[in-house]
Amino acid sequence: MDNIAGTKSGLSWAVQISTILLVLLWLFPTVGLLVSSFRTADQISATGWWKALFPTEQVVQYRTDDPDDARVADGSGFVVSGNLFGEEGGSVKAFGVTSRDVGAFGPGDTADMGEGESMTVEEDGSYTWRGNDDQISGRGQRVFVTTTTPPEFTTANYERVLFSGDRTDSMAKAFFNTLTVTIPATIIPILIAAFAAYALAWMDFPGRALLIAAIVALLVVPLQLALIPLLKLHNEVGIGKGYLGVWLAHTGFGLPLAIYLLRNYMVGLPRDIIENAKVDGATDFQIFTKIVLPLSFPALASFAIFQFLWTWNDLLVALVFLIDSSGDTTVMTRQIVELLGTRGGNWEILATAAFVSIAVPLCVFFAMQRFLVRGLLAGSVK
Amino acid sequence: MHPALQGVITIIVGVGGCVAYFYFSNLFLDKVLYPARGPNAGRNINRANLIRPWLFLAPAVLALGLYLAYPVVETLRLSLTNRLPGGGYEWAGLENYSQMVADPKFGEALFNNMLWLFVVPALSTAFGLLAAQLTDRIKWGAVAKSIIFMPMAISFVGAAVIWKLVYDYRAAGEEQIGVLNAIVVSLGGEPTAWLTVPFWNNFFLMAVLIWIQTGFAMVILSAALRGIPEETVEAAIVDGANPFQIFFKIKVPQIMGTIVVVWTTITIVVLKIFDIVFAMTNGQWETQVLANYMYDKLFRANDWGVGSASAMVIMLLVTPILVWNVYNARKEMR
Repeated sequence: MDNIAGTKSGLSWAVQISTILLVLLWLFPTVGLLVSSFRTADQISATGWWKALFPTEQVVQYRTDDPDDARVADGSGFVVSGNLFGEEGGSVKAFGVTSRDVGAFGPGDTADMGEGESMTVEEDGSYTWRGNDDQISGRGQRVFVTTTTPPEFTTANYERVLFSGDRTDSMAKAFFNTLTVTIPATIIPILIAAFAAYALAWMDFPGRALLIAAIVALLVVPLQLALIPLLKLHNEVGIGKGYLGVWLAHTGFGLPLAIYLLRNYMVGLPRDIIENAKVDGATDFQIFTKIVLPLSFPALASFAIFQFLWTWNDLLVALVFLIDSSGDTTVMTRQIVELLGTRGGNWEILATAAFVSIAVPLCVFFAMQRFLVRGLLAGSVK
Repeated sequence: MHPALQGVITIIVGVGGCVAYFYFSNLFLDKVLYPARGPNAGRNINRANLIRPWLFLAPAVLALGLYLAYPVVETLRLSLTNRLPGGGYEWAGLENYSQMVADPKFGEALFNNMLWLFVVPALSTAFGLLAAQLTDRIKWGAVAKSIIFMPMAISFVGAAVIWKLVYDYRAAGEEQIGVLNAIVVSLGGEPTAWLTVPFWNNFFLMAVLIWIQTGFAMVILSAALRGIPEETVEAAIVDGANPFQIFFKIKVPQIMGTIVVVWTTITIVVLKIFDIVFAMTNGQWETQVLANYMYDKLFRANDWGVGSASAMVIMLLVTPILVWNVYNARKEMR
């Protein structure tokens, strides 16, 4: 519809620009975290992360060599020469000889310090300091140099968070715990839900409509209600707090959406195929495993992604059903909340830990976006 | 035993158990209980088909009943009783509720939740609609959509860290490392600790959820916008409608149903909002919300009665949407 009458080119520019703004606004916070995770603690507290992408200017104070050792006679006076940066190297953008005006002179200029005393600093940091006997004595002359440092990034934070084994900072253990929670909690509900969805979609029995209505109702029941009764139940039957409890809880909480999504998809499968199979003598079990299940792959994938994202990102269910006082079974979301408390100012650790935990869902998201969108559309637009 | 190994075993036992249950229960039904042969073959087939749906449904119904339906009833019961020291319960009537209502923190949580309820769904839907309309008209729309949709994959806790960095505060005069304060300072303002300013800090927390939910709204609304018959838009153009009239008078009314669905879905998310508040302020500085209040009561104060009562309040707020959803689902099935 872009080239039909009624679309003005001015408006299309407005569309482009507003979209760019919107996208930048949405991207900006996450990029901030990513950039921060590659900076050192000093860099983070010195400048905002958005400045890390550009070379930074900083003013550093240097001293020339000690005149008593290094001065050489030069005509009527003395001279001290050398390099301010020593062996490190660097580049001078500007320099000054008093703290009141640190950027007074450009590289190669000669600063007149009064009464014949002078200071010349070249771009590479080499300097010449001239003056009479009285002036070239005592301590070395202070020189304020403005230098530019190129953007600098480090992977040290990731090494610390992933491999150091540090009790509070290490996410390695929490990462595996999260994985241990997530995988069974994603696979088991799919299987249970698939059978139930088939029965609700293709089998006739009294009470079917009621059951579907109940599932739609349970779809929105807040899981907050389930916390205490289920924790009580788990304690009574001896599961207590642990992986088994959290797997069961995630299975229960994920089922309504799973059944709902899968049923909606299975109802749409072509009736002919299933009826032909029945005429040919296939049992329901065979129809389900050989025909319906393979055809429902897109819906199964959609739900698998939902459940994976939900269990990976979950905090509340893990807090209540998994994490005990020993803290051995902590998950990443929980550990990040702890870090927010204990290391609220240490952005390098926090940003890295947070990024480690969101990297996996982001990969899944970008790889399987198609299925995610399809699932969302099936789940809400009816 | 190592948890990873335990996980693998659980997958094998869980999946294997499910498959075995479904397979053998069907086999039992067909071969042993009502075999489809002999003098009663016809009757047996009918009987087997009467029972089979329930074989397929049993694990799901059991899990749903135990993990969602039973807790609603049990929470209601807990909210009406008090725990006695040393075990057992005593009937308390509405005592827990009156105790809860008298708690100023509860009033604060309810007020804030209402605030969230008005602001977040409205702004998420509005931004989503804007993003959907904009990205549908440009070439790189798919990329733009991906980026706006991306926060959906980020956990509430991760998002809390991301936004805490945005809101970071340093004393005036120091270099600001939070974007928001850096902007304020560069415009000549005073840096502020945003999350500690009562009332307004609620909006800074809401921004996080809006950031996450806009992508969801965009995806759904964009699909709905594409489903609009082209003729209606073309007719409007022929009649001389400008782009804004086309959008607000032709397109929006046609996708009103979808907008309502998006709105209610986000409303449910908002009613249950917990992680963002828990991670960013933990209800301090007057940012309490119902779910965090409930968590406080249940697991910090160990007061199951009042905690359950506040859970029932969340349930009560969800109920209208629940009824509306069921009503719609039943209408469709007919």
